Amino acid sequence: MELNKIIKPENLVYKRTPLMTDANLSYCPGCGHGTVHRLIMEVVEEMGIQEDTIAIAPVGCSVLAYDFMDVDCAQAAHGRAPAVATGIKRLWPDKFVFTYQGDGDLAAIGTAETIHACNRGENITIFFVNNGIYGMTGGQMAPTTLEGMKSSTSPYGRNNETMGPPYKITELIAQLQGTYYVTRQAVHKPGPVRKAKKAIRKALEVQRDKKGISFIEFVSNCNSGWKMTPNDSNIWMEENMFPFYPMGDIKVDGELVKSP
Amino acid sequence: MKELALMKGNEAIAEAAIRAGVDGYFGYPITPQSEVMEYLMLQKPEERTGMVVLQAESEVASINMVYGAAGTGKKVMTSSSSPGISLMQEGISYIAGAELPCLIVNVVRGGPGLGTIQPSQADYFQSTKGGGHGDYRLIVLAPASVQEMADFVDLSFELAFKYRNPALILTDGLIGQMMEKVELPPQKERVSEFDQSWVTTGKTKDRERNIITSLNLDSDKQYEHNLKLQAKYKSMEQDVMFEKIECDDADFLLLAYGSSARICQKVVEVSRSRGKKVGLLRPQTLFPFPTQEIARMARRVKGMMSVELSAGQMVEDVKLAVNGRVPVYHYGMLGGKIHSPDDVLQAVEEKYIGGY
Repeated sequence: MELNKIIKPENLVYKRTPLMTDANLSYCPGCGHGTVHRLIMEVVEEMGIQEDTIAIAPVGCSVLAYDFMDVDCAQAAHGRAPAVATGIKRLWPDKFVFTYQGDGDLAAIGTAETIHACNRGENITIFFVNNGIYGMTGGQMAPTTLEGMKSSTSPYGRNNETMGPPYKITELIAQLQGTYYVTRQAVHKPGPVRKAKKAIRKALEVQRDKKGISFIEFVSNCNSGWKMTPNDSNIWMEENMFPFYPMGDIKVDGELVKSP
Repeated sequence: MKELALMKGNEAIAEAAIRAGVDGYFGYPITPQSEVMEYLMLQKPEERTGMVVLQAESEVASINMVYGAAGTGKKVMTSSSSPGISLMQEGISYIAGAELPCLIVNVVRGGPGLGTIQPSQADYFQSTKGGGHGDYRLIVLAPASVQEMADFVDLSFELAFKYRNPALILTDGLIGQMMEKVELPPQKERVSEFDQSWVTTGKTKDRERNIITSLNLDSDKQYEHNLKLQAKYKSMEQDVMFEKIECDDADFLLLAYGSSARICQKVVEVSRSRGKKVGLLRPQTLFPFPTQEIARMARRVKGMMSVELSAGQMVEDVKLAVNGRVPVYHYGMLGGKIHSPDDVLQAVEEKYIGGY
């Protein structure tokens, strides 16, 4: 049967996001990155801000984010995306500038840039994908790797005493005056996806209204790095990651709120 | 009418930046160049021209702010001194790889390590041979007066945008801190006169998206990119700049840039009064280096001496240019100490190969 005969207009409930390019995603099947990319691009399209949007790609799995998102993009050195974003935003205060970073990039090597951009209240948006591991380099321990969690550089599990405990940079930056909207989301199921999209919309609206930094952490999976099937990784994430990194808003309208 | 002022070299850079229509300055305090940002902050450039001045949390952050802002086609700069410039090397490599125009000012102090805050010219290798990782070059200008500190700011941006390459003003604590009369350049409008087709300011309907990156996972593409960069660096030779002092009849040539060149001017004067035909070739650009002119001079003089506040860095480039034709000596002072004209004079008289 021809494809055209199956695809009847009345059956179309989903289409490719126009602001995602035709390039094949470089992410592993089952990874959350593609979903986060798509949601951001959907919101950029719905807000009609493509012509005013500049993205910053990090070093890590999403280093090639500029191949997939149909917006102008600068690729930053490891951890420096918030500084690169600051440079752009300071000279183009009416443009939309967002960084897209992983946990190693944002919470280890880029800690200083993250904290100081947040503290200055740069009017940018930071999208932070936390999968508790360095995916690109082959599954090494990240600052967000849970206690006891195995990685290629903590093959017997993370030992908090010798390796230091994982830390919650999202809660940390929420304490800073410059942050206006801080939330933690997930994209592994339809419900969380809908909530995450609303959060992205809110974050970019905060930027539009020049209120300060909006910061969204997406707790996500790395089935390849965790050595699990995609489904198992999502179950493991819910059972292990979510208790340590609880879902929901941390700071709204510049005020700290209780995590649900 | 000429607008004259008496100012420090560091202040002249800052004032010239405002007048060159620079859009953004990102920096971090370090001796002996902190006057650059202090002067800028005091001048309220956001009111004078709309220029953005931001104190970053580190040199690492400031060079990456420059990277982002330069990618939007704006005229942006940073300044620092040796240890801070070392911290910036990763960012500078990215800027060179992504072919972004910008200005970096290095007011050099003595090293290695934390070293001393006194003047030095020991960052010549770092400045002219790349500095960070990968095969790249910066356009390097070496002012020898407060006037040139001011003049080279606009020139740096002209060259940086011409080649889409970072430019570096290599100076030191001596030129940065000393006060001289300077004729200030006229105020330029803060609008870009350069090509903006490549910049990241938001993808409009009439073009493909622009991407600022230095990444090429495909080594064939990286190979092509490297060849393109090398051809660009080669083409910069057309913009080489140097000054020749008493060179026409010289039989012994001094080579010095920046503060050492000022000292060598006196050496030439005294040598001449003693009947020794000493000349001075002062590179104003260290990359591109005046290789051809030095080779030409090597056919006419009997010896050369590179005078630097280092253990001998530029002398290597002089030797390459001379290619064994005449003896090439080095005279240098280390550790933030400055050679006096007498020190250099004595060395010249020991090595002088004249007609006697």
